[in-house]
Amino acid sequence: MERSDEDIIRAVLGGDTEAFESLVLKYQPRVFATARRYARREDEVQDIVQEVFMKAFHKLASFRGDAPFEHWLMRMTVRTCYDFLRLHQRNRENNFTDLGDEESDWLERFNANPAGASDEASAAKELIRQILEQLPAPARLVITLLEIEDKSVKEISRLTGWSVPLVKVRAFRARALMRKVLEKMTREKYL
Amino acid sequence: MNIAELQKKLITAARKDAPTDRVPYAFEKRIMAALKSSPVADAWSLWGGALLKAAAPCVAIMLALGVWAACVSPTNGSDLTLEDTVLAAVTPPVDME
Repeated sequence: MERSDEDIIRAVLGGDTEAFESLVLKYQPRVFATARRYARREDEVQDIVQEVFMKAFHKLASFRGDAPFEHWLMRMTVRTCYDFLRLHQRNRENNFTDLGDEESDWLERFNANPAGASDEASAAKELIRQILEQLPAPARLVITLLEIEDKSVKEISRLTGWSVPLVKVRAFRARALMRKVLEKMTREKYL
Repeated sequence: MNIAELQKKLITAARKDAPTDRVPYAFEKRIMAALKSSPVADAWSLWGGALLKAAAPCVAIMLALGVWAACVSPTNGSDLTLEDTVLAAVTPPVDME
């Protein structure tokens, strides 16, 4: 019979460090998927996941157990990803004049006929990745959680530790900023 | 170009581009090895670390206050000393007559 998270946590806190491995095995796919939303390179993703589990292990005593362990771990994951974004604000000043051929073609198609440009195309996915990389950390996090992962403002507040009004303000600013980046991209492309 | 429409389309593209949850082979072993090699932080070492970090700002504040006290000397035109100020409440007033 599979041990519950509470049993495993009790064992780890009691000194059985090896028991922590079963928590890692159980939750690492979810942590990997989340980290891949924010980091592109696989070595960066692995570093984020390692940091999440290291933090979880060292702070395990502070887990009160009033919510599932998974929620506590995902909060830690999102906050670690946010710290990563703040530390790695590279490519922010990139311009769009050097868009790849595929992305440029996709934009051309969209310009000619918005319905004709498929949102399944890899070019569209690459474009949104490049746009998100231009956003500052809070804007990228809030756009990812609210618009892409479809989480509610309350959930985002719980995950990030920001107040509900702050999430709303940051979401408003992030959408405006994203529009500005899109305008810049289209200007650079067509001027 | 319709920016709002483009934004909507790209967000939809991102939604459909869900990242994989694939885990590298034996990644949990890497975590466990890292845990074993990381130093165990007990309460005393945390307290010691915090004290060590606080030492430099405390010395800086002490030096700044020392310099300030030396510049604002109590003898600059007034006879009031620190001792007089502290004891003012308990010292009986001097009869001026």
